[in-house]
Amino acid sequence: MKEELLKRIVKTPDGQEIEVDPLLDYYCQEGPTVQPPAYTAIIEKLFNWARSESLWILGFGTGCGAIEMRPLMTPRFDAYRYGIQWRPTPRQSNLFVISGYLSTKTLKRVIRSYEQMQGPKYVVGLGSCTINGGMYWDSYNTIKRLDDYLPVDVYIAGCMPRPEALLAGFEELKKIIRAGKAEGANLYAKNFEWYKANQKSVIHDWDMPDYNW
Amino acid sequence: MVMQALYDTLKQRFPLGELTVQRDNLAFITVEAVRLYPLLRYLRDHEGFSHLVLLTAVDWLEDGQFQLTYLLNNRAKCQDVGLRVMIPRDKPEMESIHDLWPAAATYQRELREMFGIDFPGSPRLEEEFILEGWHGIPPYRRDFDTLAYARETFRDRPGRETRDPAQHMKQQLYGDKGDV
Repeated sequence: MKEELLKRIVKTPDGQEIEVDPLLDYYCQEGPTVQPPAYTAIIEKLFNWARSESLWILGFGTGCGAIEMRPLMTPRFDAYRYGIQWRPTPRQSNLFVISGYLSTKTLKRVIRSYEQMQGPKYVVGLGSCTINGGMYWDSYNTIKRLDDYLPVDVYIAGCMPRPEALLAGFEELKKIIRAGKAEGANLYAKNFEWYKANQKSVIHDWDMPDYNW
Repeated sequence: MVMQALYDTLKQRFPLGELTVQRDNLAFITVEAVRLYPLLRYLRDHEGFSHLVLLTAVDWLEDGQFQLTYLLNNRAKCQDVGLRVMIPRDKPEMESIHDLWPAAATYQRELREMFGIDFPGSPRLEEEFILEGWHGIPPYRRDFDTLAYARETFRDRPGRETRDPAQHMKQQLYGDKGDV
């Protein structure tokens, strides 16, 4: 455990001594909850259409696949015409593209970022490394199945998939969202214990709160 | 020839081991662990090898030794010289050279984490470098079984097949006729 995360006594500017426990005091102590559809079917359908037309991707490249996302921003592929754009912070994005191999060290950051994203949120696994480990199937430090740790909506196979494959994958995701089947955030809330147990089984120095929001 | 001349010059001052000349401007010299530090300092201050290119290790499991390789570069003459040091595997400890090249401290941190080689006195040696929360034997040691570790730590997705690429393509292109 890092020193700044330990429970300790601090002195305030006006001289008081107070006890702080960063993991308890600075983070929410409530687990995620399942959010059922709130409105009638026809309105939910409209919402889902709107959600599918504004996929905002968290600009977090976890592996080599991140290089395939850059051309999508350029005029040649121009993902923006499909309502897809990249955002600098998890608070503004609703799509997490896990781009390629994921080391356990990066997985830790990915979990923190994913949990900070607001629902409804979607995860796309890009490249064969996220599906079954790919060429890193015997590595001591990269995970094999992304869906053990995060709920995944769409996998895009390939090593690496071309930008066209990504666009096709995003179109597929849109269909899933419009059909109301992109329930990743709810799945995560429902099976929260299972996901946490899996995450903790590979991240040995778990020095972060269980709820990162 | 140039490297042989350098070796002869060094030989007058230091007891040296074997010389391996790879190219006209690249050679490796084996030295004892205790001779390394003064030799590095001499090469840096008097022979113009001012740049530490890399510091790396090889695990000779069968011989019970680690080999440390210090690669130095002479910019002006465009020469590289590598110094090889063998240290015992059961007591992996080496003198730190962070005061000759500060950058060496980073290599030494990496070697400590990946091979478990200790460099007493090197700055920030105790801190984690790449791996977080690693316990067990260091992963770059050859007696660490990567495959077994991956199997017990990460779950497989069923259905993965491995094929010999040549055989697979033959089958795809020619079907059962195979040898045609």
